[in-house]
Amino acid sequence: MTAAAQPPRIPSDDRLKWALREALFAGLISFGMFVLYVGLETTQNIRNQLVLNQRWGLLAILVAIAVVGRFLIVYFIGPWFAARKAAKAAKTEVPTQSLLRRNIGWIALLALLVFPMAMVWLVGPQKSLKWVDNYGVQILIYVMLAWGLNIVVGLAGLLDLGYVAFYAVGAYSYALLSLYFGLSFWTLLPLAGILAAFWGIILGFPVLRLRGDYLAVVTLAFGEIIRLVLINWTDVTQGTFGVSGVPKASIFGIWSFEVGADNNFAKAFGLRQSSAYYKIFLFYVILAMCAVTAVVTIRLRNMPIGRAWEALREDEIACRSLGINTVTTKLTAFSIGAMFGGFAGAFFAARQGFISPESFTFHESAIILAVVVLGGMGSLFGIAVAAIVMIGGTELLREMHFLKTIFGPDFTPELYRMLIFGLAMVIVMVLKPRGLVSVRNPTAFLHERKAVSSAFTKEGHG
Amino acid sequence: MTQHPEERRLSGDEVLRVEHMTMRFGGLIAINDLSFSAKRGEITALIGPNGAGKTTVFNCVTGFYKPTMGRILMRRSNGEEFNLERMSDFEINRDAKVSRTFQNIRLFTGLTVLENLLVAQHNALMKSSGFTVLGLLGWRPYKDAAKEAIEKARYWLEMINLVHRADDPAGDLPYGEQRRLEIARAMCTGPEFLCLDEPAAGLNPRESLELNTLLRSIREKHDVSLLLIEHDMSVVMQISDHVVVLEYGAKISDGTPKHVQNDPRVIAAYLGVEDDEVDEVLEEIEEVAEEVSHEHEAGQPTGDAR
Repeated sequence: MTAAAQPPRIPSDDRLKWALREALFAGLISFGMFVLYVGLETTQNIRNQLVLNQRWGLLAILVAIAVVGRFLIVYFIGPWFAARKAAKAAKTEVPTQSLLRRNIGWIALLALLVFPMAMVWLVGPQKSLKWVDNYGVQILIYVMLAWGLNIVVGLAGLLDLGYVAFYAVGAYSYALLSLYFGLSFWTLLPLAGILAAFWGIILGFPVLRLRGDYLAVVTLAFGEIIRLVLINWTDVTQGTFGVSGVPKASIFGIWSFEVGADNNFAKAFGLRQSSAYYKIFLFYVILAMCAVTAVVTIRLRNMPIGRAWEALREDEIACRSLGINTVTTKLTAFSIGAMFGGFAGAFFAARQGFISPESFTFHESAIILAVVVLGGMGSLFGIAVAAIVMIGGTELLREMHFLKTIFGPDFTPELYRMLIFGLAMVIVMVLKPRGLVSVRNPTAFLHERKAVSSAFTKEGHG
Repeated sequence: MTQHPEERRLSGDEVLRVEHMTMRFGGLIAINDLSFSAKRGEITALIGPNGAGKTTVFNCVTGFYKPTMGRILMRRSNGEEFNLERMSDFEINRDAKVSRTFQNIRLFTGLTVLENLLVAQHNALMKSSGFTVLGLLGWRPYKDAAKEAIEKARYWLEMINLVHRADDPAGDLPYGEQRRLEIARAMCTGPEFLCLDEPAAGLNPRESLELNTLLRSIREKHDVSLLLIEHDMSVVMQISDHVVVLEYGAKISDGTPKHVQNDPRVIAAYLGVEDDEVDEVLEEIEEVAEEVSHEHEAGQPTGDAR
């Protein structure tokens, strides 16, 4: 606070003095706060007597952290932020985009198309599994989910905290219908989407008269209801045991990836048995599904319904005064978003081969929403980058074995995933409060397409 | 009061008739038994001191409030009649072709000026895009319709002198231009009856002069009848054909601008009188009102308002 309030240009001597004083205060305050909690510890000994332990060393460390941290913030980080802010204020217009940035979508698509092949070529089929499946497929699932949620939250401005429910509906639709009725992946993929959209409408009808926080709470509850139904309806869903042995997807029924099948892909081409082929196939499937999601979203944005969604986010009353039926407009946003969640769910079930209610907790909804918000609401590109950073980043932590040499052999970096996740979110929100890509691209123009600064757009009130 | 079905119909030159409308908010009576009518092709102004209930009348006519009692009839140029008090707000715009603006401007600030005008053409575009399905597949007629919509938006941007700002965010416009844009946006829905809530508020004299020209041309070129709430008397007196004056939710005067201007009840309502002068003024008013009521058969027995 004080760092921001201080004008950026003060002589460095004064600033040093000021920073030292701030650090001293921080030290005193933290000493006062910690001395009783940390400095003194009360335990019981074996005779149930109260024993007072003194932990001056620990207290000193905490106070030192506060002093040094405060000093660094005031002396270095504060002025740096102030300078940044000033520089940003100085240049008002949005910079024109270079050739590379304009074609980034195509470049990314090309890179993704060659990615599995490149991985197989680089590390061999067996080792490529990790990169194609754990990174590629995992990230693309979240990209698709986040793009689906983006329609609801980013475009229509309806805060949906129960999005994972539709993901679950899609996954269970595929798993149960394929197990009980033997339908194939390619028939069930659209069906799962339709069923999820249907649930979106069922949820939407009673809920969409609510706004803002109330809507968020009800959608949150809906997500939990779906999960609890999945847990308790044991006759059908086998409850917490989950559904296992979900059939794999096939290449349009021509080649199968089931190991025993006659038309097994590896057998048909005389290749060595490996699950890598299936994962590579899945990678292209989810890539195609993401591409469809992106194309549909971009097209919808240019259609009257997409513009109505964005208008709804800006001002619902004005929408109604222009003859827009806000209930059906919200319902379409909800059901189309849910449909993409359902597609992703069906894909998830086919990829995992096993699903249980564990996969569809509120935690998932929160991560998807975090990806949308970090990416910048409404921006497909920003959301894709956010998904890569958030999901890929947490996966990457598993690779950080060198950290063990620093922190000792007991250190497991995976356990710190959520800590780093939170830290990344705080940093992005401080640096870019409207997400990675905060400008809005207008859907139509008369003279030239100018990006709309985030200062004008609204987040929606539900 | 029961009425014969024949009486329900509006006469040919009436576009809107409000009958015995009452609006209560709990114990507060915002509008008390208000009746007036607006004629086709005319500019009707609704004036009155602050808190007289003008905006409430607006919200009832445009469906944002449901009146507690009374009836609001609207007749379109093709002869169709609508009971506005039974319709929801978006249906009133879509089917009855009544459009409105807001006292505190409600533009889509994050959309560009052009997009604001395109959102207003939502219903027409939805139809031509086959309710999104055909448009999603790149249907040819939708593409033409989308182009036409942009041309319509360009036409209205020319009308309000904002073509050069078409691609800027609406929130970036200065106040006066935002007001004009809101009127253009309301006109893009293709209304037959346009309700403007204080269109001249916050405009400088030059801008309000431009507004007068704009409103006149809307009425003449586009065959639209207007109802406007206004405090700026220069606007009211210059452009309106018919003025309705409200005070404390009741109509105190109704007639041509000239008639209203000289109505002592209106003058009293606007200028206010001391408590001990009330009787005195009421007497005066009654005298004058009688004179007036001889001149205009519209004149009502007075003295019951206070």
